[in-house]
Amino acid sequence: MKLKKNIAVSETGFLFDSNTGESFSLNETGRKILQFLKEDKSEDEISEWFAENYEVDQATFENNLYDFFTVLQNFKIIE
Amino acid sequence: MKPQYTIAVTGLNNTDNPGPGVPVIRALREAKEFDVRIIGLAYENLEPGIYMENTADKVYQIPYPSSGSDELMQRIEYINSKEDIDVLIPNFDAELYTFMLSEKKLKEMGIKTFLPTIKQFEERHKSELPKYGQKYGLDIPFSKTISNLSDIDHIQHEFEYPVLVKGKFYDAYLAYNSSQVTEFFNKISVKWGVPVIIQQFIRGTEVNVIALGDGNGNTIGAVPMRKQYITDKGKAWGGITLGDENLIKITNDLINKTKWRGGMELEIIKTHTDKYYIIEINPRIPAWVYLAVGAGQNIPEALVKLALGEKPEAFKSYDIGKMFIRYSYDLIGDIAQFEKLSVTGEL
Repeated sequence: MKLKKNIAVSETGFLFDSNTGESFSLNETGRKILQFLKEDKSEDEISEWFAENYEVDQATFENNLYDFFTVLQNFKIIE
Repeated sequence: MKPQYTIAVTGLNNTDNPGPGVPVIRALREAKEFDVRIIGLAYENLEPGIYMENTADKVYQIPYPSSGSDELMQRIEYINSKEDIDVLIPNFDAELYTFMLSEKKLKEMGIKTFLPTIKQFEERHKSELPKYGQKYGLDIPFSKTISNLSDIDHIQHEFEYPVLVKGKFYDAYLAYNSSQVTEFFNKISVKWGVPVIIQQFIRGTEVNVIALGDGNGNTIGAVPMRKQYITDKGKAWGGITLGDENLIKITNDLINKTKWRGGMELEIIKTHTDKYYIIEINPRIPAWVYLAVGAGQNIPEALVKLALGEKPEAFKSYDIGKMFIRYSYDLIGDIAQFEKLSVTGEL
């Protein structure tokens, strides 16, 4: 999964798509996931980090992560 | 020292259906390379731009173009004898044709304009758009014109519902069946006359581009925008500049192929599969022009330079994510101002 180049995410979790003018507010988890995507981290690396730092097992997190990716794809935020 | 130009501007109607006059004046007052004296030309004596501070230095009433172009030109001649106008920027669709036809006469008076040619103006009419698309290789929704109710039956098999029913100048309604088409045809034809345009409905997001062509195929400026807040009249009350490079490519391509001269606004639908359909081409600067200025492209300043025969450098970039938010504001005027304008036609 790759963040499209026209997507900007601020430190506050405000996401702006400069191609469409759409903007979204992300919570801390969403912001962190997008930050990792920007750093070209793999899905495994992302879920490992969350499993280590949050009280969640990797399988549950991955389920939620793929749901989140589907939302991001629908909004054409990732490719 | 900067030169000072006297510039006459119409479209001072900063109402909920705003004309571009006031933002054009605001842009000209911020011009980097010249100072201005602004002559406001008003059709109605309650156009807000007449009374706004730091807008027009002097205002004259002018007759509607429908009263005949001779009457309008006589009035312009009188105003010019008092003000020595360098450049005139008309901002209304309905007056453009008259000013385009009178370009030579205005030039003889020493007044320069920078307008599309009659051919450019005529061939991009809503009713002509499909032909325009074929001629210049642009994606335009399929459409047909109808002049009476019986035409609806004849063209029905060529469309899938819903369709857009559009007036030749203004108004557009979405119709889901033939009885709605009939209803909207009647509504529109009473107001704007015939033909009425039946256009294929394209699902997607509407985006707009303001642009300026130098008449030789070059784009001097172009800024795309998406409306974020739309009034019930369909007017932008808020908008944001976009970084979509495809919109700039489409604009450059159109200006290059048509050798567009003057300001323009493209109305485009971007579909969910990233196809772009031009739904309208407005042959003038739009009312949201100040967003382009705020994003780094003073299009009215460049237009004045073109009108004066200069060759302004094309803008290379603009700020993405700049927003405009319109607001309403109560000006306090005095009956004496209204009286002066009503009695003498000047303020």
